[in-house]
Amino acid sequence: MPATCPFLRPPGAIRHLALLLLICLLLVPVSGRGDEGGFDQGIGLLASRDFSGKAAGIDLLAESGDARAKTILEALLAGRLFHVKKSGRLVVAEKNGRTYLLTDALTSAPAGTAKKRALKKVTINNRLRTGIKSALARLALRDPDPGVRLAAVNAMLSTLNQESIGLLTRLRKEEKDSRVRDALATAIDIGRLRSGDPALRSKALARLDGNLDPVVRNELIRLLDTEKDETVRRQAQATLASIERRIALSGLAETLFFGLSMGSVLVLAAIGLAITFGVIGVINMAHGELIMLGAYTTYVLQQLLPHSIGLALLLSVPAAFLVSGGVGILIEKTVIRFLYGRPLETLLATFGISLVLQQAVRTIFSPLNRSVATPAWMSGMIQINPVLSLTVNRLTILAFAALVFAGLLWTMKKSSIGLQVRAVAQNRAMARAMGVRAARVDALTFGLGSGIAGMAGVALSQLTNVGPNLGQAYIIDSFMVVVFGGVGNLWGTLLGGLTLGVANKFMEPWTGAVLAKILILVFIILFIQKRPSGLFPRKGRAEV
Amino acid sequence: MNLLRSLFARDTGGTILLALLGLAAVLVPICNLALDPGTPLHVSTYTMALLGKYLCYALLAIAVDLVWGYLGILTLGHGAFFALGGYAMGMYLMRQIGARGVYGNPVLPDFMVFLNWQHLPWFWHGFNWFWFAALMVLLVPGLLALVFGWFTFRSRVSGVYLSIMTQALTYALMLAFFRNEMGFGGNNGLTDFKEILGFPLQADTTRAGLFVASALALAGGYLGCRHITGSRLGRVCRAIRDQEDRVRFLGYRVEDAKLWVFTFSAMLAGIAGALYVPQVGIINPTEFSPLASIEIVVWVAVGGRSTLYGAVIGALMVNYAKSFLTAAMPDAWLFCLGALFVLVTLFLPDGVAGLLRRRKRATTGTAPVLPAAPGETRP
Repeated sequence: MPATCPFLRPPGAIRHLALLLLICLLLVPVSGRGDEGGFDQGIGLLASRDFSGKAAGIDLLAESGDARAKTILEALLAGRLFHVKKSGRLVVAEKNGRTYLLTDALTSAPAGTAKKRALKKVTINNRLRTGIKSALARLALRDPDPGVRLAAVNAMLSTLNQESIGLLTRLRKEEKDSRVRDALATAIDIGRLRSGDPALRSKALARLDGNLDPVVRNELIRLLDTEKDETVRRQAQATLASIERRIALSGLAETLFFGLSMGSVLVLAAIGLAITFGVIGVINMAHGELIMLGAYTTYVLQQLLPHSIGLALLLSVPAAFLVSGGVGILIEKTVIRFLYGRPLETLLATFGISLVLQQAVRTIFSPLNRSVATPAWMSGMIQINPVLSLTVNRLTILAFAALVFAGLLWTMKKSSIGLQVRAVAQNRAMARAMGVRAARVDALTFGLGSGIAGMAGVALSQLTNVGPNLGQAYIIDSFMVVVFGGVGNLWGTLLGGLTLGVANKFMEPWTGAVLAKILILVFIILFIQKRPSGLFPRKGRAEV
Repeated sequence: MNLLRSLFARDTGGTILLALLGLAAVLVPICNLALDPGTPLHVSTYTMALLGKYLCYALLAIAVDLVWGYLGILTLGHGAFFALGGYAMGMYLMRQIGARGVYGNPVLPDFMVFLNWQHLPWFWHGFNWFWFAALMVLLVPGLLALVFGWFTFRSRVSGVYLSIMTQALTYALMLAFFRNEMGFGGNNGLTDFKEILGFPLQADTTRAGLFVASALALAGGYLGCRHITGSRLGRVCRAIRDQEDRVRFLGYRVEDAKLWVFTFSAMLAGIAGALYVPQVGIINPTEFSPLASIEIVVWVAVGGRSTLYGAVIGALMVNYAKSFLTAAMPDAWLFCLGALFVLVTLFLPDGVAGLLRRRKRATTGTAPVLPAAPGETRP
């Protein structure tokens, strides 16, 4: 910190000299930060009697780039900047009862208390207020935090003039952060669009082509209203059209992303069902509740590890697989085993189980929804361009769904248990004759399908609230996916889920969310009439 | 008369049921209207309305038993037909309110005034006449069942697929009726009814009349279903249930039989809904919920499939248990209902009616003839 001397009120002659000096200084472009002399002079000028002197001081402070300038200007704007009458020391005062609590404006050190009589306020008028605001904006342009700089650039857009364009051009040369540099370039070009020279406008237009920032689009629309020059006008029209095309494309990509995200959730929820329904021909109406159990497993683990929710989330993937898979095997061993070959009875019995599980969760936890925290590495979004951003949690779930699907595919196609499952599904009697323990395979298959439901629950806990009705909301959708994709076909389930998700999201803007869902249901009901075995019917004689 | 006599001779359970129904239809209104509230035999209006509600449920259960027990179609969407019938009646009752609503609009029901609607939607026209509403009670569920069945049966969707489809149907309708834009009162549904055919709904005499109407409807529904199941069509239905392909190969039009019986059953459900609404005083989209529909199936399963009177027993038993448990131990109800699903399918595949028959068989010593479980397919 530089040593600061308390300023006495300078006599008139010196004051005028200082003002002159200041005007000279202003004419020379001030560059660089921490301009020591400028800052001190600015502080001195704040003590001027007339407002023009203060204005010059404020400008000096802003140009100095000194870290202290911001607090001082803010205090000035709020009317909290005072001179101590005796010493002339500049202080920021905070009213504390009858007295004022003082802080030295230059050192930020506490400076005791004082009565109102001992202080003299640095007065300002409306014109100065505007000046302080713009000075603060210029200071923000040099803030060490890129986010603050970015906000400052965007805040300047409405008041661009020749002078500020010059400032922005200088700043752009020094700027290290690429996002801020881009924003500065956009601001400079927007400023040039407002200039009187058609050639300059035309050049700016060429550079703004493909810039998706919403301000650019608004500026172009405004330009089209006022532009006189025919060539520039035509160029602006073309630029606007190309920007709008890109925005539409981004919108399409966003809808597609949301559709795929919804589809991935549907696939996750349905793929376990595809196994139990398709491979062993069992209708598991409790599938939704197994998803719910997975979500509650996440909740419980997060309660157990409140300080590392990320770790809890990672741990809950295998934990949910085990919990739901275990419950699934229990259901198979105690109920479903006795109902093989009677699909309608299985449907009723598993529906009963689903009611019991729902009520159990309601009794143990609460009928109210529980919220599961999202770890830091899953929150936030990835900005592709100004109009398109993808949320990280949906991207993660998309990747997770792909991973689960790949894992399941591998299990079914390459592992020995998968081989046994397929053998039993194709020809139970023959498989048994070859030494496959069919009853054990049934239980394991059911456990596998249920376990995947549990993992789907972990994913869902990151998107929606966890409550006793979580499963019910997904069971019908899951059935639709399986039926649409074709029973017993994992690829069919994948394609079916993604198709339904994307179709749903593309219809939503036209029809609204609920109607879109209804239309999808009606579509599937009609589709099943045409192709009763779904998109990919199972080959061979097996039927459900 | 001859038909009735032969009917009763072969159907002890049904005869007892009809006799009990007749007795109830006479005694309950008398005990409600003629006896003083102080006397022990007095039936309160609340109890009578509750019993009337049960009778509507029983009619609905018969409708489900007809398609599940005799046709092998496990319908998980009959609640939709019930609710549609209920909505048709509800619309009539809504129009009867007239200017007595909260907003006092002589034409528009309150919720439309609330939504700032200026005109009555086209599908509300005509519901100010009872005969029109009564026609719609039959036509709307019947038409929906006809269209749905025509598509589904023709493309030979059957078994589990069909069950899931019926569930999707009622789910889609539920979502649709929850929307305010549909013009059926959104999630509040239709309520605040004042009078039916000029009789105030709160009056005991009207309640008694509705109770008698429900009992008559149930008896009529039972006789209608019994007539169908006893006819040639009924035999074809049972054959379809047990071996659909074989019936088709024999030259029967399986689709037609299924379609007409399914439509008839949907209309019965509609009537049940129409009688249910004035006694309960409200109809809202939760009647469309998949859970409501699947509960009907459990009534039938508990009572015993393919007996018709079993469905009545089941509906009365389960609903009595529900009324009792939801009041006494609200948390326990879903546990009990869930356990009922599991236990009945595992240990009591023929329900209470099957239990009764088995005991009778044990006493008379006739050889057991177990009906094949409907929808049964062995791989």
